[in-house]
Amino acid sequence: MQALLLKGGRVIDPSQGYDAVGDVLVEGESISHAGAPLGDVRRDDGLEVIDCTGQIVSPGFIDVHCHLREPGREDVETVATGARAAAAGGFTAVCAMPNTDPVTDNQAAVGFIVRQALRARSARVYPIGAVSVGQKGEALAEFGEMVGAGAVAVSDDGKPVATAQLMRTALEYARTFGIPVADHCEEPTLAKGGAMNEGLVSARLGLKGIPAEAEEIMAIRDILLARRTGGHVHLCHMSTRGSVELIRWGKERGIRVTAEVCPHHLSLTEDAVERYDTNAKMNPPLRTADDVAALQEAVRDGTIDLVATDHAPHHYDEKEREFSDAPNGIVGLETALAVVVTHLVVPGILNWTTLVDRMSTTPARVFGLAGGTLKTGGVADITVFDPAEEWTVDPGAFLSKGRNSPYRGKRLTGRATCTIVGGRVVFRKAETGGRTGGVRS
Amino acid sequence: MIGPVLGKDLLGLEELSAEQIRLILDTAEPLKEISERTIKKVPALRGMTIVNLFFEPSTRTRISFEFAEKRLSADTVNVGATGSSVSKGETLVDTARNLEAMRIDMVVIRHGASGAARFLADRIESKVVNAGDGTHEHPTQGLLDLLTLRDRLGDLTGRRVCICGDVLHSRVARSNIWGLKKLGAEVGVCGPRSLLPNAIDEMGVKVFDRIEAAIEWAEALNILRLQLERMQGGYIPSLREYNRVFGVTRERLDRAPRDILIMHPGPMNRGVEIDSDVADGPHSIILDQVTNGVAIRMAVLYLLAGGRPELAEAAKG
Repeated sequence: MQALLLKGGRVIDPSQGYDAVGDVLVEGESISHAGAPLGDVRRDDGLEVIDCTGQIVSPGFIDVHCHLREPGREDVETVATGARAAAAGGFTAVCAMPNTDPVTDNQAAVGFIVRQALRARSARVYPIGAVSVGQKGEALAEFGEMVGAGAVAVSDDGKPVATAQLMRTALEYARTFGIPVADHCEEPTLAKGGAMNEGLVSARLGLKGIPAEAEEIMAIRDILLARRTGGHVHLCHMSTRGSVELIRWGKERGIRVTAEVCPHHLSLTEDAVERYDTNAKMNPPLRTADDVAALQEAVRDGTIDLVATDHAPHHYDEKEREFSDAPNGIVGLETALAVVVTHLVVPGILNWTTLVDRMSTTPARVFGLAGGTLKTGGVADITVFDPAEEWTVDPGAFLSKGRNSPYRGKRLTGRATCTIVGGRVVFRKAETGGRTGGVRS
Repeated sequence: MIGPVLGKDLLGLEELSAEQIRLILDTAEPLKEISERTIKKVPALRGMTIVNLFFEPSTRTRISFEFAEKRLSADTVNVGATGSSVSKGETLVDTARNLEAMRIDMVVIRHGASGAARFLADRIESKVVNAGDGTHEHPTQGLLDLLTLRDRLGDLTGRRVCICGDVLHSRVARSNIWGLKKLGAEVGVCGPRSLLPNAIDEMGVKVFDRIEAAIEWAEALNILRLQLERMQGGYIPSLREYNRVFGVTRERLDRAPRDILIMHPGPMNRGVEIDSDVADGPHSIILDQVTNGVAIRMAVLYLLAGGRPELAEAAKG
């Protein structure tokens, strides 16, 4: 049996409240030890030792929200390139949203993603099935068959579940299978035609705004429907202070609501849209400094459960155009860790344990996935990262096909150095001073 | 002032200083006279190539630019969205790069998307003049409005100008707000709240909910065109009610404590935002705006081409 020793790193496992320098031993596909230093480990059948001195060794990061574009837009991303980009960002597993072409709304389509992920042999990719057939917001998709084929949640992400009745039914029906319904909160009539946050900047730039209320109205609708149905609603990419307050209200009442926030909403404001930079265009849009502060605090106190990327690759040509016509979204898999470290850990808002919890342990729990822990016997999905490495973002070096990043040229701190999935090293950063995108091992 | 008055491009008034705006107006002043001559042509831009790239239909602005260019002896080409490669699906940046490959000096662009002029300016080396981008800015309109007001009122410091109507969708309104504020005027806006930006209170202007209050306050009204599609968009219930509540009528002006200058960027909807006897009345300076438009555009083109404001008189040849 192949064995792997991660030696001398700072081992952080929020699931066991563990944080100390030590060793992690992986045998086969599972963890056989995580904690105190092991001293000399000798084995006859081959032991790979990775020196983790100065690094943090944690359960693997899990991104519950990304767009891998396959099938349909293999020119901008595939399951394989997305999985490798994920691994390079320290993610051992990602959940792929179903707004593909054709839509991932049936068991065959879900099975296709599962097979492509197995062939990629990199980070795990869990499909999310559509809530409605064709994401049209009309007929419910076959949750049961999709779950049977490997789906871990349902969502019409990219679009809201527009009618309250469909959302209610979805929350009720999903209970049978124990999966969350992940909703993109956007009241469509208020958001229609909007290109950025509604406020002074949109008024100055002459761009149609999307008011915070477009998100908040749907957030509270979903929370109230979760109360009515007892279903589990997961609110995608929250972006406003008002949403945080509504989630807090729901959680205080024991309603089954969980929520995610993206690294860009934790670090950038609507000011990034100045000069009409289409790499600052996403939906929900970048909001105000006050919203960013509220979201940062919500991640710290757990009102917002987890960090997810909303990784959304687009072709260069699609972003290289008039702002109002450019598509929404940015890539995020390879910058997420560094953005969170730079904007939340370095300023002292999050500690390392909380970061690992919000990026690994809690995502695993909320979506019912393997991993998120270093417990003995658990699956060996592990991330090793350098908490102090400073690097300059060069989208040209991304393993993702997408280059649409608002962090181009930004100096960030923190970087994944080794990503292990099922006991196998799927990413190892090249030892060239932190400038390269890394190689597959 | 040392160095060129303007940068590479003229994209909006928000990014200009008060001094730059004053210099443009001062440069326009001596250029006005050229249009009064029998032979309306001076050689200031001889040999320069200018492309008028109009992705949206425009009569007044396009003709005004074209006259300004021709009276300065530039060589000009007009490109419209229909009948060009744009209608074949070419992107904005490809269109511009192809034009630039023919070695042009300036592009005057009118486009329906906010930021389109900036987008172009960031990607080509030719100078770019914004002739209206979406609902963002229309800087030459703002400048000609300032010149027209200055002709009548002198120094605009402390003067009270109210912009009336659909500020939300108006590039003219934004350019006027920045230009007037930079020159020290007090700026009011008046219109239904559904046609004002939600953040209008943060833009440093006085907001009037009633046209009567605006008329009582203002020394000049700049009355925006109410685009007829706003009614279909559900922003207002009907043009009839708009005229009844917000229309600038003789009757309302008669109750004003002073004579009020009346401006309109055109084209007018007579009987909607402005009544005919106001548009044609003694205090209307609407046609002065049009006349000044040519001089302002001559000044902008001249300055962007590297001309010095103090030499504008001599450049008249």
